[in-house]
Amino acid sequence: MNGLVVIGASYAGVQGALSARDSGYSEPITIVADEEWMPYQRPPLSKDFLVDLATEDSLVLRDKAFFANKGIELVLGARATDIDRSSRKVVLGDHSELVFDKLLIGTGSHARKLPVPGADLDGVRYLRTMQDAIDLKAALRDATEIVVVGGGFIGLEVAASASKLGKKVTVLESAGRLLERAVSPTISEFLLDMHLQHGVDVQLGETVVSMDGQSGRVTSVNCKNRASIRADLVLVGVGGLPNDQIAKSAGLNCLNGVVVDDHGRTSDPNIFAAGDCATHFNTFASDWLRLESVQNAQDQAKAAGLAIAGSTGPYASVPRFWSDQYDAKLQIVGLSRNFDDQAIRGSIDDGKFSVFYYRKSKLVAVDSINRAGDQMAARRLIAGGISPAPDQIRDPSFDLKSLLKSAAGVGV
Amino acid sequence: MSRVKYVQQDGAECVLEIGSGVSVMLAAVRNGVSGIEGECGGCLDCATCHVYVDEAQMGALPSPNDDELELLGTVAAPRKPNSRLSCQLKPPFPTDTLTIYVPEAQS
Ligand SMILES: Cc1cc2nc3c(=O)[nH]c(=O)nc-3n(C[C@H](O)[C@H](O)[C@H](O)COP(=O)(O)OP(=O)(O)OC[C@H]3O[C@@H](n4cnc5c(N)ncnc54)[C@H](O)[C@@H]3O)c2cc1C
Ligand code: FES
Repeated sequence: MNGLVVIGASYAGVQGALSARDSGYSEPITIVADEEWMPYQRPPLSKDFLVDLATEDSLVLRDKAFFANKGIELVLGARATDIDRSSRKVVLGDHSELVFDKLLIGTGSHARKLPVPGADLDGVRYLRTMQDAIDLKAALRDATEIVVVGGGFIGLEVAASASKLGKKVTVLESAGRLLERAVSPTISEFLLDMHLQHGVDVQLGETVVSMDGQSGRVTSVNCKNRASIRADLVLVGVGGLPNDQIAKSAGLNCLNGVVVDDHGRTSDPNIFAAGDCATHFNTFASDWLRLESVQNAQDQAKAAGLAIAGSTGPYASVPRFWSDQYDAKLQIVGLSRNFDDQAIRGSIDDGKFSVFYYRKSKLVAVDSINRAGDQMAARRLIAGGISPAPDQIRDPSFDLKSLLKSAAGVGV
Repeated sequence: MSRVKYVQQDGAECVLEIGSGVSVMLAAVRNGVSGIEGECGGCLDCATCHVYVDEAQMGALPSPNDDELELLGTVAAPRKPNSRLSCQLKPPFPTDTLTIYVPEAQS
């Protein structure tokens, strides 16, 4: 038997391999990864890592010995360049080949590039990998004026980190509010106030038209509406695109990511995909979705790992995400788009509140700022299809968990 | 280096040396100590790193912050006075070897 080959050694790849092994898959497992680093945690790269609260070492996710004990071979610094489906081979950059019975694609996503003149100047950076973070951290130390293009998660987290380091920071966001695709206006407004209070200049409805430089280094960012802004460092965070080229050229069905069913299976029954690179039909959204979150990568990979081992356990988790900016912990469960009612628990002024979103009286999502307890209860409520009345949400003396006890057995 | 002793429900023990910046949760996950999931990587987002700290050693540890206290209210196994989230426990520890007990369930 040739066993399982996994492409990508991050959340999806590692979890998929482990879940297959732990569910009884006894054939060889090999993970190939183009990065040289041992698998590491990515979310802290835009947060603790930049402000020296985390190091390369402290981000390592699993030890070498751990993989060895599980009988999983880790091949680092090896890029998969081709999948040959007829002979079931993965071709690597050095032209060597790995034959597989089952294949899991966990190639993640890459940063969308900013298509404006000057965006290739030195000092214009993206943040996706450990190497990007090491380079960005070094650049941040020397920089004084930083422009962040994009008011999404990565952009805002880097803005908060840079501002903590005492830098002058400007955020340019083309939409009318921050994090428009992920959160409601209530949360956008709260985040905007918070960044302004920390001295970050936030420009909404503003786009970059070009960048100027001197001796190959960026010196200013030219905007559509306002005067150009001086910058010695520019961080671009304008979204991610799936790493699905390798799947596409192998003829797998792709549509903004590798299309998978709720067992992570692609259009080839022996090939699976999970995480940022995969698109699935999400029952909570009633739509095709490609999610970029740790929770999705892990849960989808668990479902794929189970299927690879011949058991079943579909992916049906409620989407979750978190973000840390300054002292605010934002946690999100569910998908709030198309909500038609909302109820607030806690106090926006105190910076501790949750927004509960309803669609046709059904609870569909909850965003929390510094209210982890609400968030944990909300996960169970949404997973269990329980919708507290908006008045119960607003009543601080009402115990949300009491609804869970009465519907015992409901898990996340 | 600080040492942590993990005691499982069945009494099985395992001792790990952990470096600075690495939490009791992360050391367990890296080394495959079962029963500590640490789904969120220590961002206080999951409560799947719940442990019971040896009662005698409890008082010498720094107290939990508000977020940890809130999450402790949501753990899957019974919450006890010595319940902590292991992602928040980092060296140096007040004792030579910190002893922690792994609960029966995390999620
Ligand atoms: C700075 C930053 C902050 C984030 N913050 C949060 C957060 O707070 N909360 C949250 O939930 N999520 C956050 N995310 C998103 C989260 O990290 C991703 O959703 C998650 O990493 C996806 O895991 P994955 O395994 O699907 O892909 P990835 O983590 O992208 O890993 C894919 C791996 O595959 C490798 N690879 C790609 N192609 C090949 C190939 N052909 N051959 C070999 N290897 C290949 C890549 O180099 C990479 O190592 C953040 C992401 C970033 C970049
Ligand atoms: S690891 Fe998630 S709260 Fe501790």
